[in-house]
Amino acid sequence: MALSTAAVGTSYAPVTYAVGREKVREYALVVGETNPLHLDPAAARAAGYADVVAPPMFAVVYAAPAMGPAIFDPAVGMDFALMVHGGQEFAWGPLVVAGDEVRTTVTVRSIEERGGMGFFVFESVSTNQAGHTVCVGTWTNIVRGI
Amino acid sequence: MEWEVGAAVPELKATPDKYLTVRYAGASGDFNPIHIDEEFAKAVGLPGRILHGLYGMALVARAQTDAAGGPAALRRLGVQFRGMAFPEQEVVVTGTVVELDGGRVVVEAEAVQSGTAIIRNARAELEL
Repeated sequence: MALSTAAVGTSYAPVTYAVGREKVREYALVVGETNPLHLDPAAARAAGYADVVAPPMFAVVYAAPAMGPAIFDPAVGMDFALMVHGGQEFAWGPLVVAGDEVRTTVTVRSIEERGGMGFFVFESVSTNQAGHTVCVGTWTNIVRGI
Repeated sequence: MEWEVGAAVPELKATPDKYLTVRYAGASGDFNPIHIDEEFAKAVGLPGRILHGLYGMALVARAQTDAAGGPAALRRLGVQFRGMAFPEQEVVVTGTVVELDGGRVVVEAEAVQSGTAIIRNARAELEL
């Protein structure tokens, strides 16, 4: 199956995610965080934050609802049965805290064939309610047997 | 730790329990059945349920933020996912300082489970 690059450059409608205190705590506990900034609102306030601080990798939670339409877009054409998550990069801005509203826009950056595999690269740009970029993500999915 | 080129970032060890992938699915929203359904995982040719790659990346991130004093220090993290990882086996994250420029530090890290590298070529940029 030949790859179509027609979707490269496509951006999808932004999705806003409201960051909740208990969601931050749930995520932090699952990944083994013990830093009270992530778990204890009083400790977070004492450190100058409005509420509990999301661990940096909480980016996967607030960006996920925006990623869905991109990776499932038939014009992108990924075969999920043959797909693996090949690589991931995040660059962070100001910390996200409970109460923030984070708006994420996803763009198809590149679709390339290398060595019989398809490399699908997406970029997510997440901004908070103050307009600051809190995270830029680069998501690389690899589809075998192109 | 002493931040200097060649210094090791303190090792992070975590052994995800049998149901970690279920809790991570709930926390992250990634309910791909290869992570939570043993029969499904085997039916698609895997040895069993596998850990979410982004859970392993979260462990790599935590090793950096624990070492650097908190979440604000981690400015960038890039990883490549490699071998499969499984519940109930220890994951070990190691890292080495490769660049140091004032308060800016670059760490190269990896995550290994039972002798298999599950995350390779991780590169973290920290601001101390």
